[in-house]
Amino acid sequence: MGMTLAEKILSAHAGKEVRVGEIAVIKVDLAYTQDGTGPLAARKIQEMGFKEVCNPKRTLFFFDHASPSPRMELSNDHAFLREFAQKTGIQVSEVGQGISHQVAAEKYVRPGEVVVGADSHTCTGGAIGAFATGVGSTDAAVAIALGKVWFRVPETIRVLVEGKLPVGIYGKDIVLHLIGKIGAEGATYKALELGGDTIDNLQMAGRMTIANMAVEAGAKVGLFPSDEVTRNWLSRMGRAGDFKKMAPDGDAVYEKTVRIKAKDLKPVIACPHQVDNTKTIDEIGEVKVDQVFLGTSCNGRLEDLHAAAQILKGKTVHSKTRMIVTPGSRLVYTEALKDGTIETFINSGALVTPPGCGACVGLHEGVLGDGEVCLATQPRNFQGRMGSPKSFIYLGSPAVAAATAIEGKIADPRKYL
Amino acid sequence: MKGRTWKLGDAISTDHIIPGRYFYLRSNLPELAKHILEYERPDFVEKVSSGDFIVAGHNFGLGSSREHAALVIKLNGIQAVLAKGFARIFYRNCFNNGLPAIICDTDRIEEGDELELFLGDGKIMNHTKGETLTFLPLPAVMKRILDDGGLVEHVKKYKDLKLTE
Repeated sequence: MGMTLAEKILSAHAGKEVRVGEIAVIKVDLAYTQDGTGPLAARKIQEMGFKEVCNPKRTLFFFDHASPSPRMELSNDHAFLREFAQKTGIQVSEVGQGISHQVAAEKYVRPGEVVVGADSHTCTGGAIGAFATGVGSTDAAVAIALGKVWFRVPETIRVLVEGKLPVGIYGKDIVLHLIGKIGAEGATYKALELGGDTIDNLQMAGRMTIANMAVEAGAKVGLFPSDEVTRNWLSRMGRAGDFKKMAPDGDAVYEKTVRIKAKDLKPVIACPHQVDNTKTIDEIGEVKVDQVFLGTSCNGRLEDLHAAAQILKGKTVHSKTRMIVTPGSRLVYTEALKDGTIETFINSGALVTPPGCGACVGLHEGVLGDGEVCLATQPRNFQGRMGSPKSFIYLGSPAVAAATAIEGKIADPRKYL
Repeated sequence: MKGRTWKLGDAISTDHIIPGRYFYLRSNLPELAKHILEYERPDFVEKVSSGDFIVAGHNFGLGSSREHAALVIKLNGIQAVLAKGFARIFYRNCFNNGLPAIICDTDRIEEGDELELFLGDGKIMNHTKGETLTFLPLPAVMKRILDDGGLVEHVKKYKDLKLTE
C-alpha cells in the first residue's frame, strides 16, 4: 500500500514505517518560535531544567510580531529572548528581518523535513514539501530541548486543482474557495495534500499562500510535492543543494478527494468574522473600506506586491481609505525596492512599513478602531484580531486589495488587468 | 468535584479567549488572565469559581497557537473544557498544561448547569438536569500527559518523551 506525503515524511523521521492513526515520536529538523510565543517556550525550557538545547543551529527565535517593539513590556520580552539565545546558541532573526515563516522558507526549510514552530501558520513550509506545523510553546520547548515531538499520523485529504487559472485569480482565491467549501474545521487533525495541474503550474508564492491557510481549515499541514518549481525557487534563494524530490505514491490512500476546477474560480472574499464565511466578489455588494492591508505570512511575498503594484501603478489610493503595505521579509523588501514596486506604492499614496507581521496581529502599525472596516490579505479575520472587537475584517488577494484601495470599497481586480 | 457551566457557542477562537491586543501582558500571566473572554463574556472574570466548566460547540480554540489561551482558562480555575470539537493546537496546549479537553455532545448542557466529571469513566453527570453524558475514552497519549501533570512534568520526570511506550 502506497504512502501519502505525510506518511512518508513522518516515517522517515520516526525511524520506522508509520501509518494513519499511529502515534509516534518524530525527529525535528527545524524548530522556531516568534516573539509572542518564544518567552513562554524559553521559560518552559528553563522549567524542564535544560541548560542546553538539542540543535541550536537549527533553532530560531524570530522577532516579527512586535517588530520593532511598540511597548516597554514587549521590549523586555525581546531582551529576555536575546539573552536566552546568547546562552544557548539559538539563532536570532532580529526585528526587521521579517516574518518567521517567510524567513524560514527563504533560508532554512528543506523538502522532506519536519518543522515545528510556535505559531499556527508554520504550515506555510508545506509549500516546500516539508511537514511543517504549528504547536504551542510547550511542544516547541520540548522540540527545542529534545529535538523531538510526538504526532499522530494524520489522515490526508487530497485536494486536486485542475485547469488553467483565469486572469486575476491567485493562490489566495483557491484556498479561500477551498475553506469556504470544506469549512473551518473541514480538515481538523488532518493533512491537506495539494495536487493537480493547476498546482503543478503554480509558483512558490501561490503555493505558500495555500499552505499558510491550511490551518484555517483546521489542518495540521498543507503539503505540496517538491518539483522543478521548488528547485528553481530554492536556487533563487541560493539553496539549490537543499532540493530533494518529494511526491506521494501513486497508490497512496486518501480519506477523500476534493476537486476544484480552476476555470470556475472568481475572486473570493472571506467576510467577518470567520475565514469560512466566504463570498465571491460578485456576491459581496457595496462594502466601504477604511483600511487596506497588504502583507503577512499569507501574502507578503514579492509576487504578491507585484500583483498589487501592477493594478495601483499610475493610480491613487481613494481619499477615504488608507493603504498599508508590509513586505514579508527583508529580502522581499530589498527586491521590491530595487524593481520600483515600493516606489509605486508610495506614489499611489500607500504607506510602506518595515518587514514583519504588521497590522495582522492587532498590536501596532494599523490597529483598527470601533466600527472600522479593513480589507486585508492576511490569513484570518476573527473578531477583534486587528484591534477593536467592533471592527470588521474582510480577506482577499493582493489584487483585490489594490482594486479596493483605488475604489475605497471592496472591488473586483479583474477590470484592471 | 462539581462545578458550574459557562456555555459558549461555536468557533470560539484563541483571539476570543485572550485577544491579541493584550499581547504585551503575556509575560505577566495573572494580569493577562483578567482579560479572558473579555468581549464574549464580560462578567466571566468577576463571577467564575474554581472548578467551573467551560462548555462550547464546534471548533473551540481555533486560530492562533498562543498557549496563553489554555493557560488563562487554567489560571481562572476552570476544571475542564467540554466541546463538540477542538482545534488541534489548542487541544494539545490544554493537555500539555494539565487541563482536560473533552470532546462530547454539549447540546444538552446549559449555562449554569452543575456538572461533575468522571474522567476515567468517560462520564459527565449533569446534576441540574439529572442526566449522564458519556464520551469516548481519552486517547492513551493524552491520558498519559494528564496523569504526569502536563508535558513539562513528563519531560522533567523522564528527561525524554516516553509517550508511546
